[in-house]
Amino acid sequence: MSNIAAIEHEIVEDFDLFDDWTEKYQYIIELGQQLKPLEAQYKTDDRKITGCQSSVWLHAYTKDGLVFFESDSDSTFVKGEIALLIKVLSGQAPEEIIKAELNFIDAIGLRQHMAVTRANGLASMIKQMKLYAVGFQSHTA
Amino acid sequence: MIKSTAPEIKPRLFKVEELRADFPVLFQTAYNKPLVYLDNAATSQKPQIVIDALSDYYSTCNANIHRGVHFLSQKASQAFDDVRTKVKDYIGAGSEREIIFVRGTTEAINLVASSWGRKNLSAGDVVLVTTMEHHSNIVPWQLICAEKGAEVIPVPMDDRGVLDMQAFETLLTDKVKFVSVVHTSNSLGTINPVDVIVQKAHEKNIPVLVDAAQAVAHEVIDVQALNCDFLAFSGHKMFGPTGVGVLYGKEKLLEAMPPYQGGGEMIAQVSFAGTTFNELPYKFEAGTPNIADVIGLGAAIDYMNGVDRAAAADWELSLMRSTAEQLSTIPGIRLIGTAPHKAAVVSFVVDGVNALDLGMYLDTLGIAVRTGHHCTQPVMDRLGIPGTIRASFMFYNTQQEVDALVVGVRKGINLLRA
Ligand SMILES: Cc1ncc(COP(=O)(O)O)c(C=O)c1O
Repeated sequence: MSNIAAIEHEIVEDFDLFDDWTEKYQYIIELGQQLKPLEAQYKTDDRKITGCQSSVWLHAYTKDGLVFFESDSDSTFVKGEIALLIKVLSGQAPEEIIKAELNFIDAIGLRQHMAVTRANGLASMIKQMKLYAVGFQSHTA
Repeated sequence: MIKSTAPEIKPRLFKVEELRADFPVLFQTAYNKPLVYLDNAATSQKPQIVIDALSDYYSTCNANIHRGVHFLSQKASQAFDDVRTKVKDYIGAGSEREIIFVRGTTEAINLVASSWGRKNLSAGDVVLVTTMEHHSNIVPWQLICAEKGAEVIPVPMDDRGVLDMQAFETLLTDKVKFVSVVHTSNSLGTINPVDVIVQKAHEKNIPVLVDAAQAVAHEVIDVQALNCDFLAFSGHKMFGPTGVGVLYGKEKLLEAMPPYQGGGEMIAQVSFAGTTFNELPYKFEAGTPNIADVIGLGAAIDYMNGVDRAAAADWELSLMRSTAEQLSTIPGIRLIGTAPHKAAVVSFVVDGVNALDLGMYLDTLGIAVRTGHHCTQPVMDRLGIPGTIRASFMFYNTQQEVDALVVGVRKGINLLRA
């Protein structure tokens, strides 16, 4: 199992403890509340992800060939979703990030709420993370 | 806030459970919790007779209308034409020729902006709207005004969401060629003094369109008493199906307007030398109309005619007041839209809590509200907020649902503020 798949598996196991959407929601809110805030200097327009009902900023950098993400939003729920994505993708190699299928989103039942996640931009967020990875990959190649 | 300014209304004995039973969709659970539907300003639910009318139409009478000589076509044509009469009576219009079936409020306004606007607007002219218009009553005017070098100017409102009528009179200059105003604001609930607006505009011979999308299900509209030149509304917000709406227009104005779309049904004679157009209302109904949904709209009007409208309106307002009063006791909640004369809509924001987050939390409890700008971005800009959480009521809502909303909001705030 790849590194990413192993982390995804852990998340799915965590969510298996909850049996309803309210509990899952509360857990995501908790993750959002714990997410390290993005430093003000990174909250710039070019780091803002478009296509979301709330404001989302995504900052990425590389260290030792691995990609790291930091992110923030005015929505705590979105921050919770970001926290999950960061858990899975931050600190991974660019090619792993590009390849990642992120099946955990389906498995934890978030896909069911896609109308909501479309509004808050989960899909745009993933796309942007992958684009960063592509950028860093061509940079180092 | 609402308590102090609103006139006293004594809710009559209203048998909500009896009417509620007519709406099958309400009897289900969402995430294993009873569904609480408080997004009625977005769309109303449908009574069984509307659902039956749609299925009966397809099971017993489906045919294209006005062109067939056969049995089914005549049956369908008759049913379709009957609805035009029902709509005419529902809004007190003078003639069926003044009732045009469209897709909804949005198309009705686009029709007037394109057809009337293309013929009558020119460079330097002004179309007057208000700050609290739905985007549907802004963008069609912007499109035609951009083409003509004309300008769309909004009449401002105050912090409560009350239209500044003094500013309206000042803005009603000789440059104004058309006034297009919302009867009832979908994001604030404000009911505007459209009668006064019509009267003032008419003193200067300026025609007025009234966007009645949020009004038709909640109050009785009489276009002749109101004397507006155009009225636009959507079937789906008044218990009818989606995809059908109505443009009412005074015959004289409609006669003088060029067609909006070309095609079948709207023509008298077609040749490559030139085409002549059908008479009203067909001139504006190109192509096969939305027969099934028009018939569904007819059933919705039948339904409304069987409801004690005044008692239903009182009930809705009592739910709105109860919501507003209970919410205003929660620290950090600010009600948005506190006009003295308002419809059954409660919009609010919570300090330090993201509206989308709270809306999603309520969803997890099975409570349907709406969050965001509600297609009225200029309202949000004017008030300096990104959006609101909006609960909007219909007479089939209950006091228990209001109480569930308030409990949910309290819990959500505690959770999100932690
Ligand atoms: C005041 C108002 N005008 C226009 C519209 C647009 O109606 P439709 O989308 O049915 O065309 C709405 C719908 O939300 C509305 O509330």
